[in-house]
Amino acid sequence: MNLNIFLQNLSNGISLGCLFALIAIGYTMVYGVLRLINFAHGDIFMMAAFFVYYSMIIFSMPWGIACLVAVVLAMILGISVERVAYKPLRNAPRISSLCSAIGMSFLLENFAIVIFGGRPKSFYRPEFFEKTFILGEVRIPGVNFVTPIVSIVFLLILTYIVYKTKTGLAMRAISKDFDTAKLMGINLDRTISLTFMIGSGLAAIGAVLWALRYPQIWPFMGIFPGWRAFTAAIIGGIGSIRGAMVGGFLVGLLTIMIVAFLPELAGFKDAFIFIILIFVLLFKPKGLFGEE
Amino acid sequence: MSILKADHITIRFGGLIAVSDFYLNLKEGELLGLIGPNGAGKTTVFNILTGVYKPTKGKIYFNNQEINGKRVDQITALGMARTFQNIRLFTNLSVLDNVMVGCHLRLKSSVLNAVFYLPQYLQEENNVREEAKQLLKEVNLEKLENNLAGGLPYGQQRKLEIARALATHPRLLLLDEPAAGMNPHETKDLMSFIQKIQEKFKLTIILIEHDMKVVMGICKRILVLDYGITIAEGNPVEIQHNPEVIKAYLGVEAQYA
Amino acid sequence: MKKVKKKSNYLSFKIIAILGVITFIFIAQRSFDAYVIRILNLCGIYVILGVSLNLINGFTGQFSLGHAGFMAIGAYVSALLYMSPELKEVNYFITPIIWPLSVIQIPFVFSLIIAGLASAGVGFLVGAPCLRLKGDYLAIVTFGFSEIIRVLFCNLQSITNGPLGLKGLPSYTNLWWTCGAAIVTVWFVKNLINNSYGRALKSIREDEVAAEAMGVNLFYHKVLSFVVGAFFAGIAGALLGSLVMTIDPNTFSFFMTFQIIIIVIVGGLGSITGTVISATIFAILMEVLRSVESPMRLFGLNIPGIPGMRMLIFSILLMIVILFFHQGLMGTKELSWKWLYHKLIRNRKEVKEGS
Repeated sequence: MNLNIFLQNLSNGISLGCLFALIAIGYTMVYGVLRLINFAHGDIFMMAAFFVYYSMIIFSMPWGIACLVAVVLAMILGISVERVAYKPLRNAPRISSLCSAIGMSFLLENFAIVIFGGRPKSFYRPEFFEKTFILGEVRIPGVNFVTPIVSIVFLLILTYIVYKTKTGLAMRAISKDFDTAKLMGINLDRTISLTFMIGSGLAAIGAVLWALRYPQIWPFMGIFPGWRAFTAAIIGGIGSIRGAMVGGFLVGLLTIMIVAFLPELAGFKDAFIFIILIFVLLFKPKGLFGEE
Repeated sequence: MSILKADHITIRFGGLIAVSDFYLNLKEGELLGLIGPNGAGKTTVFNILTGVYKPTKGKIYFNNQEINGKRVDQITALGMARTFQNIRLFTNLSVLDNVMVGCHLRLKSSVLNAVFYLPQYLQEENNVREEAKQLLKEVNLEKLENNLAGGLPYGQQRKLEIARALATHPRLLLLDEPAAGMNPHETKDLMSFIQKIQEKFKLTIILIEHDMKVVMGICKRILVLDYGITIAEGNPVEIQHNPEVIKAYLGVEAQYA
Repeated sequence: MKKVKKKSNYLSFKIIAILGVITFIFIAQRSFDAYVIRILNLCGIYVILGVSLNLINGFTGQFSLGHAGFMAIGAYVSALLYMSPELKEVNYFITPIIWPLSVIQIPFVFSLIIAGLASAGVGFLVGAPCLRLKGDYLAIVTFGFSEIIRVLFCNLQSITNGPLGLKGLPSYTNLWWTCGAAIVTVWFVKNLINNSYGRALKSIREDEVAAEAMGVNLFYHKVLSFVVGAFFAGIAGALLGSLVMTIDPNTFSFFMTFQIIIIVIVGGLGSITGTVISATIFAILMEVLRSVESPMRLFGLNIPGIPGMRMLIFSILLMIVILFFHQGLMGTKELSWKWLYHKLIRNRKEVKEGS
């Protein structure tokens, strides 16, 4: 492995890592406020990609507008999922919520198959993203520049919201103590909806960035990144936003590096992620940053 | 004969010392009261004795056997049973089933034996059923044996919990606020009930209670905890006049009242 | 009111019922349409899967999402044991199968049992470390194991033939096997649930802390439910393999586990009868709804087939059940021989006596 290949892989790893961080945040925030693993998150990611696609095809929107529209639609979808599938079960036993999350995930996937069809569709990539930039001997695709920048910008915005605004304070209060937060007059429903909105929005952005890397979209496209991002959230410590960012980054790097350094084991890379996930859950369930 | 010896038990949770230097040498047949203001660490002591928590320092001897680090179910098998401050019944199981679960640890038949309902198992099952029914008779619940435990009124739930604990054939029984939520009439019943089962089943009992009538009424020895520290020990009369105890419960001014 | 000796009365009733089932299977296997037989076989297999998952999830309260993994083990182990060496050679044309698998061939019945035991063994390996975990985490870890098994089977070409799978498997599965195995599963699990061990399992579901305090060894009993559940899942996997005559790692995906979860929830987490009923309905509906996916004429209109509609309908049904009827069909209630007897026989007697 020479330096150039290493740098290429590094850049891919960083880019992918930022992507996973964006998606992981959605999982971690929802877990923080509801103690629920939103299995449907990866599918909202998937739907966002399709929203972009169909906005362009059916309504002839330019790519940029389509992305914005998709983000908004994803936010609405996220809030709706919460209202329909999770809110009614807030007081039911945990198993019901778990089943509901899985059920919702399946519903979205099957809905997508019926409405969008099971065959992969080609995602439109603006010219910049078709290019590969050559620095010296290193080849770096355009998306590897944009992804980290976009991710960092949104992560900074998110950090600001969570730590410097009243809404963010409300979110943190709920994740610390649900019942007391209610008693303190925090509008639970609104804050939870907002949490889902933010998480879904970030997932949508992640979807766009993902589709720019891998421009084939199909109804099950959310499963792989979903589980990776979820693992990232767990490794970082579910409930911790900082953890999700660091975890996402690590998982992205690992994904690329394992294949780069051990190509014989490439077929096992899916298994690796789950092995890591299982190890973390068994031995250090709090992850890196514990419960925030 | 010393049935339980807690030798200078301390437990820390992070920075908080919940129980500090707890010492108890309990003789067989005693009825010990464990009292103290809320948050004093009484239930924590129970959790340490039964194996739910491992003490940070100190050793526990039950029947002269060191039990530090043993699992909860192992300690129950050795003869220590408990009830819970917030009743923990098996709500969706029947009253009879609740008690029969307590007998499970004595089962000798293997799983396959039981699945095929072989004679050895059938015999054990019948014995267990009989015993459970007898225990329900002790607490006057035998007519409700097929009712769901969750549907019982509060007072009967408490009694069921005690019957369930008795099913494990304990030598030492830890009762955590059994009189909580009871009216004076029920409380009197409970007091005589505890004394009755102590005699009938030859039990040693440690009782956590806030109701002073109960504690002073039936306990011969009382231990007082406050902020995890044992502040007093003695018979009811001594405890009632102990200035430290009064201070802990009622504040400094009451001392001079 | 006649007080009849409980055991003997129900015993004769039970014997009649069993003879009825045997006769039914005999007739069905001979004369029913192959399509119907296939559905009946699937009913049996889904019953086994549902009841075994219900033991873990419903009765012991451990939320396991790894059932497909156990099925995969059962399917592959049995296939590798009953396939003839020639068939193996044909299948493993890219990477030859390793010795001694290349030469082993044993009768179907033994391969079934070994498959079940292999799954049970894996159930132990999976269950043992994981049972400290609660709720969501256990679900994720068991799902993870199931995926790891799937990925392993996809990659260990010299053992499993990788993503190509195994094709042309001999069709050993018939109604005797599936219904027989289903009856055995239901009987075994029902007996387990109603004996002292079953009470211990249920107590763990109700309140683990209290169960432990009453002397129930949590680890032993949780592992017990996993091992028994995995055993029957392995057998079901093996039967499924020989029914559809091909296996590949992707058959045993989360999708498969999810279908069994649907069955268990709709039937009622904690009711064997409910699971049996919902498994049967599910198997029938799955096949019947295939027609929704192919073009059909309805009221003189040509409605084009919509692929994937079947699963969408099931997903919607599942959400409705989860949101509004989370007790499922039967909740925790069971049909008993007593109830059946009274319904069928005593009523008729009353009519005869003119009451």
